[in-house]
Amino acid sequence: MSEKILMTADEIRRTLARVAHEILEQNKAVQDIILVGMRTRGVPLAQRIARLIENFEGLRTPVGALDISLYRDDLSSLDIQPVVQRTDIPVSVDGKAVVLVDDVLYTGRSIRAAMDALIDLGRPDSIQLAVLIDRGHRELPIRANYVGKNVPSAHDEEIQVQLEETDGKDEVTLITTPPGEK
Amino acid sequence: MKVDKQDNATLLGESGAKLTTTVWHHYNIFDLDNFTAEEIGLVIKVADAMKEVLSRPIKKVPTLRGKIIANLFYEASTRTRLSFELAAKNLSADTVNITTSTSSVTKGESLVDTLNTLQALGADIIVMRHYCSGAPNIAARHLRANIINAGDGWHAHPTQALLDLYTIREHKGRLDKLKVVIIGDILHSRVARSDIWGLSHMGAQITLCCPFTLLPIGLNQSPDQFPVVNIEPDIDRALKDADVVMALRLQKERQQCGLLPSIREYIQLYQINQPRLNRARPDAILLHPGPVNEGIEVAPDIVYGRHSVITEQVANGVAIRMALFYLLAGSKE
Repeated sequence: MSEKILMTADEIRRTLARVAHEILEQNKAVQDIILVGMRTRGVPLAQRIARLIENFEGLRTPVGALDISLYRDDLSSLDIQPVVQRTDIPVSVDGKAVVLVDDVLYTGRSIRAAMDALIDLGRPDSIQLAVLIDRGHRELPIRANYVGKNVPSAHDEEIQVQLEETDGKDEVTLITTPPGEK
Repeated sequence: MKVDKQDNATLLGESGAKLTTTVWHHYNIFDLDNFTAEEIGLVIKVADAMKEVLSRPIKKVPTLRGKIIANLFYEASTRTRLSFELAAKNLSADTVNITTSTSSVTKGESLVDTLNTLQALGADIIVMRHYCSGAPNIAARHLRANIINAGDGWHAHPTQALLDLYTIREHKGRLDKLKVVIIGDILHSRVARSDIWGLSHMGAQITLCCPFTLLPIGLNQSPDQFPVVNIEPDIDRALKDADVVMALRLQKERQQCGLLPSIREYIQLYQINQPRLNRARPDAILLHPGPVNEGIEVAPDIVYGRHSVITEQVANGVAIRMALFYLLAGSKE
């Protein structure tokens, strides 16, 4: 097994600052933005982006947490069933620009589930997607509006995102397991 | 959309963040005797998420689309059957209800035949209430479908106990070290039996209060087979400093054999009323599994009084049953 660091804490910090600027650039009405983090690591990322937006614009953006377990398409085939957690979105999504935030974009299936979940909660004006890492291999026609870093990867590689809030440190690593070790 | 206090803990789902569904080991649910504290904690956590779904304008998620859930009831029931049915519908499962009085059971069809028919028609989960203790266990021996016991004879009513635990935790923030007093017809109560298992797994202190004729025999004599409880036949002493008071329905249909001298005497000695409740802690809560005999086991004015959480129990029942359906749908045989 070999590990390669893709992003350090500093790189993550600068990347999120750029993403926050891009979100502001694309959304003229800052007061209509809601950041919705996808559990688990999307939530602290959304909170950080909200703090950055507050620094830049002096305006507090609502942050919500979305759990997609009830909307997954693979519940019966999973080995370990996910624990459903509460969805907490502090304001109505009606008429808002909802920016979904997640750590890694891969097949696009969780984003599909997240969009279904959001639409059950109301009718947002738009749904946008911000991810820290886009590793490719989409299985659905889904694309992120804001990408921290594009990482072309192989299927058998693993991208591990660690965040201070959930894992004690900020780091993104690429883990490669040679076929013999599996 | 319910507006919640939005601190880091709720957003990150901190409460029991380490819990995973790997602690779950049930393919069927017969009683809480074989549950662990972690499993009960998991049910409560998942029910929390389900309760959020119930607070939405559209109370429906697609989780169990295409699954068939059959409700097979050999005994009368309003809230339990409705609660299971709504729970299934909120998760987008299809439901079929069989009330035996209008089914082939009246033509003499056996339990196993009826169950096989349900399975042949594609039922994935069978919710079952039966007047014989142990009927769900027999059912499980013959079926691949998941079985949930919705009450069997005098034996167990695990989903009621779980919703009781959930309701208590919601009000008290915890379950361990609470003084819980169960008052009434314990002998005939499957709810009490399951509650005692669940509460004791979670570390609550249980006191039973009833005439000795309504107490099951052999209590506290084999601690390895049934949890140890306190027994206090005097209601005033039993209620002192109670955190939780659980009333049971006096099963009038089962009182023909002389266990009580008279209902009037029972009311005088065991009815829960405001003066008696004043001995409990000021923030004590009153639960009742329903249906209530108002004026018998509880005084009419306290059924919906300030201590009562009886209507919340009914609402929480839907969330608990959604959680159990979700967990069973992901379980492996």
